[in-house]
Amino acid sequence: MNKIKNLADLRDLKDKLQTKTKLRDKSENPEQMVQVKVAMATCCIASGSRETMNYIVDELDKRNIDAVVTQTGCMGYCYAEPTVEVIMPGKEPVVFGYVDTKKADEIIEKYIKSGILVEGIIPVNYKKIEQ
Amino acid sequence: MVDYKIHLLVCGGTGCKSSQSQILAEHLRTEIDNQGLSDFAQVVVTGCFGFCEKGPIVKVIPDNTFYTQVKPEDAKEIVEEHVVKGRKVERLLYKDPKSDKIISDSKGMEFYKKQIRIALRNCGVIDPENIEEYIARDGYEALGKVLTSMTPEETIEIVKKSGLRGRGGAGFPTGLKWEITRQSPGTEKYVVCNADEGDPGAFMDRSILEGDPHTVIEAMAINGFCTGASNGLVYIRAEYPLAIERLKKAIDQAREFGMLGKNIFGTDFAFDITLRYGAGAFVCGEETALIHSMEGGRGEPTMKPPFPSVKGYLGKPTNVNNVETFASVPVIINKGWEWYNTIGTEKSKGTKVFALAGKVNNVGLIEVPMGITLREVIFEIGGGIKNGKKFKGVQIGGPSGGCLTYKHLDVPIEYESLIAAGAMMGSGGMIIMDEDDCMVDVAKYFLDFTVDESCGKCTPCRVGNKRMHELLTNITKGNGTKDDIERLVNLGNVIKDTSLCMLGQSAPNPVLSILDNFREEYEAHVVDKKCPAGVCKALMVYEIVPENCVGCTACARACPVGAITGERKEIHRIDPALCIKCGACMDRCKFNAVIVN
Ligand SMILES: Cc1cc2nc3c(=O)[nH]c(=O)nc-3n(C[C@H](O)[C@H](O)[C@H](O)COP(=O)(O)O)c2cc1C
Repeated sequence: MNKIKNLADLRDLKDKLQTKTKLRDKSENPEQMVQVKVAMATCCIASGSRETMNYIVDELDKRNIDAVVTQTGCMGYCYAEPTVEVIMPGKEPVVFGYVDTKKADEIIEKYIKSGILVEGIIPVNYKKIEQ
Repeated sequence: MVDYKIHLLVCGGTGCKSSQSQILAEHLRTEIDNQGLSDFAQVVVTGCFGFCEKGPIVKVIPDNTFYTQVKPEDAKEIVEEHVVKGRKVERLLYKDPKSDKIISDSKGMEFYKKQIRIALRNCGVIDPENIEEYIARDGYEALGKVLTSMTPEETIEIVKKSGLRGRGGAGFPTGLKWEITRQSPGTEKYVVCNADEGDPGAFMDRSILEGDPHTVIEAMAINGFCTGASNGLVYIRAEYPLAIERLKKAIDQAREFGMLGKNIFGTDFAFDITLRYGAGAFVCGEETALIHSMEGGRGEPTMKPPFPSVKGYLGKPTNVNNVETFASVPVIINKGWEWYNTIGTEKSKGTKVFALAGKVNNVGLIEVPMGITLREVIFEIGGGIKNGKKFKGVQIGGPSGGCLTYKHLDVPIEYESLIAAGAMMGSGGMIIMDEDDCMVDVAKYFLDFTVDESCGKCTPCRVGNKRMHELLTNITKGNGTKDDIERLVNLGNVIKDTSLCMLGQSAPNPVLSILDNFREEYEAHVVDKKCPAGVCKALMVYEIVPENCVGCTACARACPVGAITGERKEIHRIDPALCIKCGACMDRCKFNAVIVN
């Protein structure tokens, strides 16, 4: 390790390290951010939901969008996997089906960035036990 | 660098560690490896989450899931269900005792709702053994800022304006202390961190050092810059091995990163820190005794003035501050005194850490804004009294403090109002008592502690407290008189007025404040010869209610001293002369025939 010689060094280092703990800060106030929930049951994983999740996390980060990506259990739309739920701050959740990396890219660009709905929305027909 | 999508934070504080959290963390890592997810999920051992009542704690980020009382065997299920499939393991989630509802997100817990974490900001969030995690959360930013863009005077001004006061007990304005040390003539000065923490039931400072040692290192360096000291000393009790280990690691890492040593941040400023171990004497937490102990002398206090800021370690100006005081400083520098001023009350700014102990539901470590009421702390954050019992009193300020009662529940927690109510802020011990506690016995317990811990140097403390203790013992044995109560008051006041240091000056406080608030209990002991709470054994009489006794002989067989007589199917009786009041008969009787008076 090279010693930190000035404040700029420290800030460079901090920028590099920030991803280490950023997730922990974000999880404190998810309501104020875009929340993305990727369904992650056995059937979803089989249809590629982990790749989808990794892609979404990395891309949101690259595109500088403050978001919290979590995984949830099976959402029950097994015919349309991988399924992804997106909650924009202050809005109702929207669930998208068949989200591969290409679809994920479209969701990020259109819906998350500009609020334009894209195809593949599944009507939400359940209520959560909690909340 | 791997960008983990899930962080599993495992509490590695002393409490959770003793319930195998270290092994749990290893199991979690193994399970994650087994699933081939070691690039996806990360296990981080952190400092204390504060919710010690239900430890070991595992918090899953980013969905903030709060698992309680997790055992190493649970690791497999957490990984297979939560990490792999995104399903929460319901049986390990926290259940709100009042509503019986499952709360999976820690933000929904009463325990956390009213807390503001400043000194504890990194505890339970970062890995204390990794300086990079500290830096990632603004660590050493404040030190860099003051060294490269501010003068010592400007820095002291910020600390002064913030209103920060000493968290070690007395509440002396921190900025003012720094200024006095700065203005004391001399080229050789010292910064001392007081990590002696000897109050029974207190573990605030220990948790900060275990959970976030770098914040103390950073603040000590800032203090060195302000006061003109280049040597820092941490006086820490040897009974805190985990805190010592983490602090040592942190100091090594800080040196490696150039945050301690010469030319810090490329400036002329040099600063380093060494540790001094205390042997666990309460009086060594008193700053003059602490300094004598560090010098190799006896841990006995001396008269002030001179104050350490003028003449301290090796006769040089020495700035002594408490761990929590230091831990608040970097945040104040980073966020500004104006921000700090918005928290707390007019004369007590910021937050205070308390160790909640005794008969509350949520035993643990909390940090609350000054001005919060005792009611909020005990009944909301603390979740009320255990087993639905009635609240009786709360001892604040440890053995130097006072015992408050239900009529004080709406007193705001501030330095001045606590003193006005008959207690004091102290260092943060808060022990809650319920209807089953005998207040005379509680008073005796605290006096027991101070009699033991008195260094013996001055007569009022050495002899006076011993005499008070004898009077109390007499009362609990049923041999006290009404005059003894007056003697306690008179003697207590003399000890307070004439002792050399605050240990003696405050030792009678618990006895006197309990007399103020629970006089009827003292009187019950001396007049009626009864202990209303049923604690003082000498005053208890076990009896058998003839109407309920069926003569089953169970009690007689349970009695270890043969004090119970009676034939089968006949009414039994207890010989009070032989009875040792162990209660075995009462536990054994199925017919509620044994009662205690
Ligand atoms: C008997 C006695 C014990 C004390 N124990 C401690 C202690 O364990 N930790 C502590 O920080 N201050 C303790 N103090 C207070 C210190 O003397 C001193 O006021 C304090 O360390 C100053 O730091 P602060 O201004 O940051 O609170 C004790 C005082 C007395 C009289």
